[in-house]
Amino acid sequence: MSPMIDNAPLPAVDETSQPFWDGTALGELRVQRCAACGTRRFPPRPMCPACQSLDVEWEAMSGRATVWSFIVPHPPLLPAFMPVAPYNVIVVALDEDPALRMVGNLIADADASINSVDPATITIGEAVRVVFQPAGEEIVLPRWVRA
Amino acid sequence: MTIKDRTAIAGIGQTRFAKSLPESELAMACQAITAALDDAGIDPGEVDGMCSYTMEQNIEAEVARNVGLGDVTWFSQIGYGGGAGCGVVGNAAMAVATGQCHVAITWRSRKRGAATSRPWAQVSNRISGSWQWSRPWGLLRPVDEIAMLTRRYMHEYGATRDHLANVALASRKHANRNPAATMHDKTMTREQYLDARWISEPLCLFDNCLETDGAVAAVVVSAERARDLRQPPAVIHAFGQGLNQQHQVMTNYFRDDPLMGPAWTCAKVLWHNADLTPGDVDVAQIYDAFSPLIPLSLEGYGFCGRGEGAAFTEDGGLEWPDGRLPTNTSGAGMSEAYVHGFNLIAEGVRQIRGTSTSQVKGAETCLVTSGEGVPTSALLLTAAR
Repeated sequence: MSPMIDNAPLPAVDETSQPFWDGTALGELRVQRCAACGTRRFPPRPMCPACQSLDVEWEAMSGRATVWSFIVPHPPLLPAFMPVAPYNVIVVALDEDPALRMVGNLIADADASINSVDPATITIGEAVRVVFQPAGEEIVLPRWVRA
Repeated sequence: MTIKDRTAIAGIGQTRFAKSLPESELAMACQAITAALDDAGIDPGEVDGMCSYTMEQNIEAEVARNVGLGDVTWFSQIGYGGGAGCGVVGNAAMAVATGQCHVAITWRSRKRGAATSRPWAQVSNRISGSWQWSRPWGLLRPVDEIAMLTRRYMHEYGATRDHLANVALASRKHANRNPAATMHDKTMTREQYLDARWISEPLCLFDNCLETDGAVAAVVVSAERARDLRQPPAVIHAFGQGLNQQHQVMTNYFRDDPLMGPAWTCAKVLWHNADLTPGDVDVAQIYDAFSPLIPLSLEGYGFCGRGEGAAFTEDGGLEWPDGRLPTNTSGAGMSEAYVHGFNLIAEGVRQIRGTSTSQVKGAETCLVTSGEGVPTSALLLTAAR
């Protein structure tokens, strides 16, 4: 079975987020770094809250992280997610800076579905690494496998 | 200069609450507002101020020409869904205290029971704004967003499902004493709680608020005027709003310390502007769209230390009449009605008047809070002194 979820909501890519999604398409997990003061930030936004600069660079992360928290959604859900429920959603903390967190899913391998890992085996703090999975024609979503 | 003790809630009104009501949201708003004005003994023609939620579908102009209001000189709306409630009343209090109006009506009317009315179910296929960083991975509903914080909270502080059950069971016991509550006739046992189906692990069905049709309104006037009206005033002793640093609405996972939510910021201004401390509070109405918001709010508003909110619920800590802080004495969002938290304000007023169905004896101070997990607000109501 294809891991793609038909009609799942996808990000509306805009001028702020475009470099992130360009990165995932190339197999890179990028976060913003302020070009003026060097502070990293995620999710992407136009201004650096530390120094108010609008100048931004993008930095590729290692893709290594740990599970910060996780949930297991059950129905009622958006119709797109009903066939894969129950599945997991995780928040990971990036190894480069544990205050940088991202929402994702823990999957068995890069081609697996978001319900491919037994949720009873997921633990907070376990090490994961990023994989990239196409979701529709234009978007590649980062998801996570056990490191 | 503060607005301490300068204004009061002089009237409250509400429709009946049910999973589905035939009236329109506009009709329900008008019913609740006229009931509140009648409760206060104020003619609709005297109303010159209006405030509700940005999510309220009934605009001021429609409400005013239905209820027969006079010339309105102040109107406003407060954002962030369930975080708005106390902010609606508090902003009206500021408008009355500064002379922008003299009689302000505040309200929330909502038809929520129909599954198609749930905002999360209307998500389009392209997500803009901050939710584009969560919903594509299936983190879809408010319950999912709060469940993520809950799991982390349980991990950091050793909270358990039994603690969340304490919250749900206290509310249900109080609702069983309140004939207006939609769960008045339905008791709940700990076993029923623990056996309930999952909605988003670690949260089950009974960790969620109800889906309700209904409306609630409150009338705000000067404390001086309130003394001469029909009902004992619920004086607005202090009011706060809170939007904390680096907060992201609902998916607040991206700041340094996500378990320190907007309640902490709101509490700072609330207690700073009050003559009272958490130890002076006799009874509390704490926003409860989801059960874990109670321990998080108890910590934020200073009723216990960091990580101690779960333990605070033990041994009937939230229950009327003998708990350490009787909380959500009408049944609140989980067992009375979910009117975006505005019914908690009405119950706060009833406690100050001495008319709650789970009346805390001699209650003179009631804390009412709005949604945690979003930019929020709170009121400290007191009896006239």
